Amino acid sequence: MGKNEENDALTKNKPSTEKDILSELELKMKKYLRGESANLEGLKDKKLKGQLAIKEQLYGKSAQAAAKAEKWLMPSEGGYLEAEGLEKTWRIKQETIAQEVDISSSRKQYDIILPELGPYTLDFTSSGRYMAVGGRKGHLGIVDMINLSLIRELQVRETVRDVVFLHNELFFAAAQKKYSYIYNREGTELHCLKEHGPVLRLQFLKNHFLLATLNKFGQLRYQDVTMGSMAGSFKTGLGRTDVMQVNPFNGVVSLGHSGGTVTMWKPTSSAPLVKMLCHQGPVSALAFHSNGHLMATAGKDKKVKLWDLRKFEVLQTLPGHANTLDFSQKGLLACGNGSLVQVLRDVSGTQNYSRYMTHSMVKGYQVGKLIFRPYEDVLGIGHSTGWSSILIPGAGEPNFDSWVANPFETSKQRREKEIRALLDKLPPETIMLDPSKIGTVKPKREKPTKEEKEAEIEAAVEAAKGMKLKNKTKGRNKSGKRVQKKQDAVTRVKRPYLEQKIQEEENLSRKKQKTSEGVELPKSLQRFARKKPSS
Amino acid sequence: MKVKVISRSVDEFTRERSQDLQRVFRNYDPGLRPQEKAVEYVRALNAVKLDKIFARPFIGALDGHIDAISCMAKNPSQLKGIFSGSMDGDIRLWDLASRQTVCQFPGHQGAVRGLAASTDGRILVSCGTDACIRLWNVPITSLMESDDSTKSTVEPASVYVWKNAFWGVDHQWDGELFATVGAQVDIWNHNRSQPINSFEWGTDTVISVRFNPGEPNLLATSASDRSINLYDLRMASPVRKMIMMTKTNSICWNPMEPINFTAANEDGNCYSYDTRKLDEAKCVHKDHVSAVMDIDYSPTGREFVTGSYDRTVRLFQYNGGHSKEIYHTKRMQRVFCVKFSGDGSYVISGSDDTNLRIWKAKASEQLGVILPRERKKHDYHEAVKKRYKHLPEVNRITRHRHLPRPIFKASALMRVMADAKRRKEDKRKAHSAPGSITTQPLRRRRIIKEVE
Repeated sequence: MGKNEENDALTKNKPSTEKDILSELELKMKKYLRGESANLEGLKDKKLKGQLAIKEQLYGKSAQAAAKAEKWLMPSEGGYLEAEGLEKTWRIKQETIAQEVDISSSRKQYDIILPELGPYTLDFTSSGRYMAVGGRKGHLGIVDMINLSLIRELQVRETVRDVVFLHNELFFAAAQKKYSYIYNREGTELHCLKEHGPVLRLQFLKNHFLLATLNKFGQLRYQDVTMGSMAGSFKTGLGRTDVMQVNPFNGVVSLGHSGGTVTMWKPTSSAPLVKMLCHQGPVSALAFHSNGHLMATAGKDKKVKLWDLRKFEVLQTLPGHANTLDFSQKGLLACGNGSLVQVLRDVSGTQNYSRYMTHSMVKGYQVGKLIFRPYEDVLGIGHSTGWSSILIPGAGEPNFDSWVANPFETSKQRREKEIRALLDKLPPETIMLDPSKIGTVKPKREKPTKEEKEAEIEAAVEAAKGMKLKNKTKGRNKSGKRVQKKQDAVTRVKRPYLEQKIQEEENLSRKKQKTSEGVELPKSLQRFARKKPSS
Repeated sequence: MKVKVISRSVDEFTRERSQDLQRVFRNYDPGLRPQEKAVEYVRALNAVKLDKIFARPFIGALDGHIDAISCMAKNPSQLKGIFSGSMDGDIRLWDLASRQTVCQFPGHQGAVRGLAASTDGRILVSCGTDACIRLWNVPITSLMESDDSTKSTVEPASVYVWKNAFWGVDHQWDGELFATVGAQVDIWNHNRSQPINSFEWGTDTVISVRFNPGEPNLLATSASDRSINLYDLRMASPVRKMIMMTKTNSICWNPMEPINFTAANEDGNCYSYDTRKLDEAKCVHKDHVSAVMDIDYSPTGREFVTGSYDRTVRLFQYNGGHSKEIYHTKRMQRVFCVKFSGDGSYVISGSDDTNLRIWKAKASEQLGVILPRERKKHDYHEAVKKRYKHLPEVNRITRHRHLPRPIFKASALMRVMADAKRRKEDKRKAHSAPGSITTQPLRRRRIIKEVE
């Protein structure tokens, strides 16, 4: 009997587990499908329809294969931090985390105290294996993060404002007092970038091999590091700023200005692509989510805002200062202010960020730079007395791809990757707000329908009516005059639409006349036709 | 509190011994690869440029004849054998792999005009202007012999003398009949010295003949009265005749769709016809600037090669209006005959300068054994090229071909002439009574009439 029951239970369970697996796969497939499939309903061309259907099938298959590979072949699982009972995740201290995790992970928590040469700024290579540090007083160094050994350090004896790795750990650029320089791993100066002037911030665009710099005079420059040519040089015209961040999704460089605006730039246009007013006061920090849809800005008006970059709308406004912001690979947002580091998390997946972890440094330390280490649950902190590193579970992508960024790369693999990256180097024209537009057809602009036109006119009239009039001096503020002014405004708004309408009608009548004449006479004789007395 | 952080031990992610392979981990998440489409586009562009760099279609010239090559025939049973006949009456069997003459047949008194091999590859039929048909036993070549530099010579198996000079010959597929053309169309048997059947339609000379590969009793001929004729051996009289404005030099059936054939025309175009609908060409293949002399289909039926009097060889898609490839060298003169190799990967051309030339059918194809990784890479390149072929830069690079100066100039001139003609027609149409002037598409325009 017992066996029979078991069998029954098995048969009952089996389909449900199969279903579970299928639904799980479908969920995972969504990521790999890269959006909805094309709607082929309206297509009249049967041949094209068939071809496209086959293509869609192929996409589905490849997505399924990728989802299966993810399910069965990925070796590691992501980190997490869960509170039990009355605990709150943001009350958990780094010390308690260190006690719970394995030794090699707890070794990733450390403070390096170098009070003479700070404040420090940091940068990681794309694989997270190497870290470059730059002290304000001229201290540069490269650290191997796996065995925590210092590869090279050097003292340049002048102000260092920023350091950034180029395409791999062999090269890094440092913005120094007068010029910025490119060094190799051994600390040899390779290039002096005189054209850039006194640079405040450096950013490297990996896919394009462009080094973007922002200098004291508010000039944005792009230099191609492979050929050495200047890809673009623009005056922002919005004053001095040191807030600059590349959107990794599309390669657009964003600057935060003292007027509260954020501008987005590409190397092929001298005007910004986007200019948005984000804050009432100066913008103090910027960060981009790797999916490209989410931007975080912090202003001196004590606000941190999250923006949807598809609609350029605020999603969420959080109170608080932040000198520096950074998004992790898994979408955690780190804010640093004074000696406090706060990490926010999007709990429900609805882009509603709330407190996840906090970490307060020793009083008096000023956090200058926060940067998540790629593929690790580690947050690097550059501050006024050195640099530190803390554990933030769930920050990094647990599975790396050997061909994208490999923390355990051998020198041979690095060389091969360099060649491949150079072959795939993107031209600067491919930097645009929506990079998926490449290879698509430009949509045909349709003529607005009659209703749309009318609605447009109505909206314009309403706007004109709703316009607030300034209070004028005595005598000019009479109600009669105000009414007159409003009527004038309405007629002024209507005028271009009416003119356009008249023009169109005229064109139409002229065409009609032509065709009616054409029917009567062959073309060769039309020139002899009597011209009608035209107005 | 539950906590876990990512922790990787170096041992797990690196190889144990230096002899081991490097460990590879994959994560296909699109989030890790920003700007995928731009990267793919750049790869497509690079692939197209690489294609240009590797486009070295010329493999070699087969030197040996002492007069212009007039005709060639494939050996259907052997991949690397090809027969060629020249204007001085010489017939040779070539080994394409070693690029050497395997056998030299004594040949004819005048020019050899036609060559055809039987489907089993045992018998070669040749005919010439000396009004003789000669049947040859094809020597079976072995490796030893092909290495041997001394060329063996053979005697003809049989010689049939007839009344008029011949212009062409073709052997039936899977049968023992062959057809010769000249003053009329004659059907012969291997064993008889007289034709078993003769067809005549009009008085002009017939210049080319091709048996249908699907229906062995059907054959198409072209004559110097600008006509294309279809014959059925089971009937006493010709089936159909179609007259064009210019002469057709050669005809080839599509081996995969044997109802269709393509005619190489004197006006520099090739016309693809459906046998059932001869009043309109299925497709007009333009690009040659002078008469097309010969045409041959690839065994896949998807492309064909043409040789022209303008000293070039072109490759066309079976349904493409313009050529996808042009082959030329400074030394190659008027091309009189072209053939696709039996596996569709090479093209052989015979020209006025006494040489046969071997070309690759795909100009940038990599020859030799290809490793699986290389094969994968080629496939990937093909896929991205296909995906981005419509983008202007990719399209421009794929379409561009360097042309010899005379051909470049001639094609520009022809374009000007065509434009002027079209303009004139448009004007004439505009200034005439509506409906009085009708223009026909090019597919119909060159056809005069169809006779049954």
